[in-house]
Amino acid sequence: MTIRNKTAIVGVGATPYYKRGASLPQTLNELVCKAIIGAVEDAGLRMQDVDGFAFYSEGFDTPYLMETLGIPEVSYTATLTGSGGGSAGSIGLASSAIVSGMAKVVVCVGAVQQAQQRFGAITSGYEQTSETAFFQSSGLVGPGHMFALLARRHMHTYGTTREQFAEVAMSGRLNAINHPDAIMRKPMTLEDYFNAPVIADPLCLFDFCLETDGAIAMVVTSTEQAKDLRQPPVKIVACAHGGSKDWGRSLYWMNMPEEAFVSSGNVAIANRLYRDADVTPADIDVAQIYDHFTPMVLAQLEDFGFCKRGEGGPFVESGAIRFEGGSLPINTDGGQLSGAYIWGMTHVREAVAQIRGSAVNQVQSCDLALVTGGPSSLPVSGLILGK
Amino acid sequence: MTNEIAKQPPHSLFELVTDPWTEPFWAAAREHRLTVPRCTECNLSRMPPTPFCPGCLSQKLDWPTLSGLGTIYSYTIVSRAIFPGMEDSLPYVPALVTLSDVPSIRLITNIIDVPISAISVGAEVKVVWNELPDDVVVPRFTLVN
Repeated sequence: MTIRNKTAIVGVGATPYYKRGASLPQTLNELVCKAIIGAVEDAGLRMQDVDGFAFYSEGFDTPYLMETLGIPEVSYTATLTGSGGGSAGSIGLASSAIVSGMAKVVVCVGAVQQAQQRFGAITSGYEQTSETAFFQSSGLVGPGHMFALLARRHMHTYGTTREQFAEVAMSGRLNAINHPDAIMRKPMTLEDYFNAPVIADPLCLFDFCLETDGAIAMVVTSTEQAKDLRQPPVKIVACAHGGSKDWGRSLYWMNMPEEAFVSSGNVAIANRLYRDADVTPADIDVAQIYDHFTPMVLAQLEDFGFCKRGEGGPFVESGAIRFEGGSLPINTDGGQLSGAYIWGMTHVREAVAQIRGSAVNQVQSCDLALVTGGPSSLPVSGLILGK
Repeated sequence: MTNEIAKQPPHSLFELVTDPWTEPFWAAAREHRLTVPRCTECNLSRMPPTPFCPGCLSQKLDWPTLSGLGTIYSYTIVSRAIFPGMEDSLPYVPALVTLSDVPSIRLITNIIDVPISAISVGAEVKVVWNELPDDVVVPRFTLVN
């Protein structure tokens, strides 16, 4: 048994995207509620129809949301473990509730407000424990410093270059330029990229995702009920989360076997996703690839089978990921590097827009969209949406 | 690349916390002895130390003294402060070092006291010891040559 095509995303709501801290004086819960109200309205449902929540990362406070939005009763409220790796996977959590009969209308939320804690320095904000001592003792103060270690090994093993990281950043920027929601809309040249400050060599400023505020909500229900609603249903073809022990705590562990170390930890997710959807990488029309750091985009393109292991660099260099003329346009809203970073949920939002046919940078004949979550400490996740 | 010397990372951002399973690693460091835990049932080494062997689920361990030699598996150069307290430590070089005696294990550590331009993946390194306040000693590495 799989969840294949049994559920659909029927509503999407979002706040504007803000530069870090600029969403104040709104509270984080206020942003979340605005996104949920928008999503329920988009679906043509009433708030009273919502009977479940499926979160990821630290999740949100279900009873507070019920109290604030007047939701009378919930029969499902669950959070996927881990952090941003579960963004795509939370949609599957909602599906599992619906397919199993535990809930009928489930809301998923991604939201960030970085007024108190910059995500760029988040590892230094962790409480110091006996486990964190082994990386905090070495001055790995931000996730970028950790991912730089993975990036250099990929460069060493496969000859990957900074020009190839730059292509990921520039391709995303091109898609952001005409996108009204995107934060970074100034053109970026290769020269601009190489002039940017190096933060954790080999990674420079433009290899890092943005630090932004905002909230995005999705409404998931059965495909049966979706037929009667306002929007064309976007079917959840397959969704997977989890991953292999060889990836495990990944950047907080750094003892992944060689093959896993140079990956994004998504091989197990890709295999399960394609099997459950009964499709191959060649069937995917557009992909929203979790782009917190450019090198991890290359590793994900490899893990999801769009090119061979180690060939992510040449693959992007060929123009394959460009919206104009690429064989696999990715991050068509500018992604997290140039659009906004709402902990992965922008990618789900953009994939829904592509399948609905309402995207700003609309891929023609878009039947299948891939979304990835992660790559960080497990779980990582993936999602395939279709018509 | 730069001829600047790789410094120690910012100490002010690190406060050592241990538990009964990690304490022997840090206790050995205080004696300038590099060690990683090894399962005495199946000989599998693991890092960081955890309460069970992932191979056979035994809790029995020993802590063999290692040569302190290794090779650089990967590294990054931090030359920009993203956080107050980092400025005086720049530049510093967080690195992963594969241990010559236990090639399945990498330590998350730093390369120090050498010109940054001399650091490369695959370079041979040896352990050196950083004495921090409060009797905390941390293993770092420097180039053999």
